[in-house]
Amino acid sequence: MTTSEPGRLDVEAVRADFPILARTVRDGRPLVYLDSGATSQKPRQVLDAERAFYEHHNAAVHRGAHQLAEEATDAYERARATIAAFIGAGSDEVVFTKNATEAINLVAYAMSNAATSGDEYHRFRVGPGDEVVVTEMEHHANLVPWQQLCQRTGATLRWFAVTPDGRLDLSDIDSLINERTKVVALAHQSNVLGTVNPVTAIAERAHAHGALVVADAAQSVPHMPVDVAALGVDFLAFSGHKMLGPNGIGVLWGRRELLAGMPPFITGGSMIGTVHIDHSTWADPPQRFEAGVPMAPQAVGLAAACDYLSALGMDNVLAHEQAVTAYALKQVGSLPGVRIIGPTDTADRGSAVAFTVEGIHPHDVGQVLDDLGVEVRVGHHCAWPLHRCYETVATTRASFYVYTTFAEIDALAEGIQAAQRFFGTAAAR
Amino acid sequence: MQLESMYQEIILDHYRNPHNKGLREPHHGEAHHINPTCGDEITLRVRLEPAGGSLDGSATVADVSYDSMGCSISQASASVLTDLLIGRTVDDGMRVLAEFTELMHSKGQGEPDEDVLEDAVAFAGVSKYPARIKCALLAWMAWKDATAQSLETEKEGAS
Repeated sequence: MTTSEPGRLDVEAVRADFPILARTVRDGRPLVYLDSGATSQKPRQVLDAERAFYEHHNAAVHRGAHQLAEEATDAYERARATIAAFIGAGSDEVVFTKNATEAINLVAYAMSNAATSGDEYHRFRVGPGDEVVVTEMEHHANLVPWQQLCQRTGATLRWFAVTPDGRLDLSDIDSLINERTKVVALAHQSNVLGTVNPVTAIAERAHAHGALVVADAAQSVPHMPVDVAALGVDFLAFSGHKMLGPNGIGVLWGRRELLAGMPPFITGGSMIGTVHIDHSTWADPPQRFEAGVPMAPQAVGLAAACDYLSALGMDNVLAHEQAVTAYALKQVGSLPGVRIIGPTDTADRGSAVAFTVEGIHPHDVGQVLDDLGVEVRVGHHCAWPLHRCYETVATTRASFYVYTTFAEIDALAEGIQAAQRFFGTAAAR
Repeated sequence: MQLESMYQEIILDHYRNPHNKGLREPHHGEAHHINPTCGDEITLRVRLEPAGGSLDGSATVADVSYDSMGCSISQASASVLTDLLIGRTVDDGMRVLAEFTELMHSKGQGEPDEDVLEDAVAFAGVSKYPARIKCALLAWMAWKDATAQSLETEKEGAS
């Protein structure tokens, strides 16, 4: 198995770092974890970093002058620098949030807050006559906040359609992005189709009309080298838990000059400049957007995840996932009765492979796979409008990461055939 | 394999050949329920026949008709429901519903009363899988809503 493993990662060595991958599920079956698109597993290095923080340096950061507070603040800000460097950003451009969802909400709420704030925030104002552009392939996290922004402000929501082969339909880009466009919010990589969108080209078009561009990078930053300067967007959101890091921490990256001119979303302690009984002023970014005692142990854990990924090399991570994805598209896509939802080759495509199995509901496919120890996601994957585009209620999705082996793809393909045999669908062989 | 304990033959039979499927007129109440985690849905109608002058718990469930899409568990559950409830009184039906709901929340430890639940005892294995309980209960919750609605309509009509 290991000898035939293509790609540039020593997958067996990687797997040894993830204690959970050694466990069994459902009556002693080896765990085949193919749900990293939902959340990734964590290597010991990340768990150790978080534990070491609690054991040696724990204190509330940016408060207090005692030694532990100094060490904790130092660790927190070092973590910020590591994470910023991981995406080619400056430290002061990285805002910690709960997750990517909160990061996107931060921008959307800051925009509606701008409507009732002073003139210094005019850059972020939206209202009737303005347009917000999304795409049909968005995760609910990058769709619902914009629907709500439009509802609060009277702006109009518009969207790019998807093509039958799982790409964005750019044929009407000239009418969709125009002088009324204030925001273009889109996925860098689809969590269902795997499609990597031409974010840079779309951002250029949006910038020509003065619009802001928000990229949902929850599925791209974990899986490919991302350099915010090269990508050309204004804001970028991602979650720690999908990239080997802890739960409860995410990142909003924003261009320095934009963050400086953006009103806060969540207010309270440590995001202030001065506070009087009847009014307050704000701290500079990133603190302006980090109200309350921040999640320092999780930041330290996420920095350890970035270090882990950097040591593997993000180019190698990408190459490994491309090889696994190509193999999955071939092994799963060639099964009779199976239809891949999304691009069927690995060009501009990441490692989420969603599919339908003729005559078997995804819940039932997932149940048979689970019985065999193969853990996938079933349902609409928080992308309900996208599923409607493909005239299906739900799909089964397998998603991969640094620890995914070819043997696990074989187990997936065998499991799908087991489901076909169990339910007696015509396609079984 | 644990699969057989969950997908009992009775469930697969109802899934492949659902009973009483399709929406029918007349009806007193209709409910549309969606499982937000997977998008499965059901539209379910209830027709009641009063025992005395007005519609109340003593009324007979004269018909349950439905249109649905979803997994084997949700489809089979709707089919079994119609077999169990058509011809019973509303009060009786609510008792079956309570029994079935309790079984679904029994985490595989329930000892279903076959006299009350009949074919629905086959769903006992589903209760071991928390993610699937909602599938099994979807039609039942829709029936509860549609029936309550039927009785409400009657009250409004009488006042």
